[in-house]
Amino acid sequence: MMTAWAQPVLAIGPDEILDDPVLEIRARSISKHLRCVVCQNQSIDDSNAEIARDMRLIVRERLVAGDSDDEAISYLVSRYGDYVLLQPPFKAATLPLWLGPPILVLFVGFLVIVRTRRKLVQSAKSSAGSNSHSAADAKRLDAIISATPTSDDTNETMGKTLS
Amino acid sequence: MKMPRLIFLLPVALVALLAIAFTMLLSTDRNRDIIPSALLSRPAPTTELPSLVGLEGIAGISSPDFVGDVTVVNFFASWCVPCLAEHPAITELTRRGYRVWGINYRDPEPDGLDWLARHGNPYAKVGTDQEARAGLDWGVTGVPETFIIDRQGIIRHKHSGPITPQILAQEIVPILQELADEGGEP
Repeated sequence: MMTAWAQPVLAIGPDEILDDPVLEIRARSISKHLRCVVCQNQSIDDSNAEIARDMRLIVRERLVAGDSDDEAISYLVSRYGDYVLLQPPFKAATLPLWLGPPILVLFVGFLVIVRTRRKLVQSAKSSAGSNSHSAADAKRLDAIISATPTSDDTNETMGKTLS
Repeated sequence: MKMPRLIFLLPVALVALLAIAFTMLLSTDRNRDIIPSALLSRPAPTTELPSLVGLEGIAGISSPDFVGDVTVVNFFASWCVPCLAEHPAITELTRRGYRVWGINYRDPEPDGLDWLARHGNPYAKVGTDQEARAGLDWGVTGVPETFIIDRQGIIRHKHSGPITPQILAQEIVPILQELADEGGEP
């Protein structure tokens, strides 16, 4: 009871911990990737559920028996299916799961680029349209240009014309 | 402009499509198990469970015995309310002559024994699984769970949750009949 109070964060009980620290570390890292099958998206390492405890003990039992990490994991996968894996495996059935988001991002990115480009072209066109001179303006402008003495210094020319 | 208006309609169309998809998926009764069993179409796990001490005339469960006849394996517990709810359905299966075996899951022996004495024992064989080790081998996540095993000892069906009279009539019995026909007369 006292230890339970002292370590409220850990779901794992002191009696579960293996004597071999190396095996225990492997067991903990495996446990973090296995789903507690009765919980909502909680690993068996985090869960206080009875079944999570049983699964933690099985993982340790398999490791002590000499299983590799993958063998210990597949022991549970063969019983509970891919559902026990918090990270689903990459295979035909999970292709949409893995490829869906990147494809969506690419698609949306493509749309955004196409739309921005179209907007740029449109605004360029429309600004060109609003700046177009009427025939009268063009005549006045021609008159001003021909009346202005040619000079290398345009600023000076502008100043003279405006003044 | 026409184009942007169509784009604003796109999310609405998506939501409508999703709503239709969800409605269709949720309104079908079959395959509603949240976790599909990884054990379907595979041999029943090796199981050696002693019977409850004090349960007269009822043997324990040994997996080689599955071979030869269609078997219903029902995980139950005295502390499990849905198990009591499906008890009449399980009893009905036995009454109709199907072979039904029970595994007393995560239950102290006296409790399981008392429960069977109080409500009646529908099981031809009973195994006690106090440590839930067999439950783990069978991929059980809770009780009640019911498996149907064919004559070759292969798991052919799994039902999670209580068997209501409707599920019994529409799901369990048809499968049992199909498997019984499939294997020919024993």
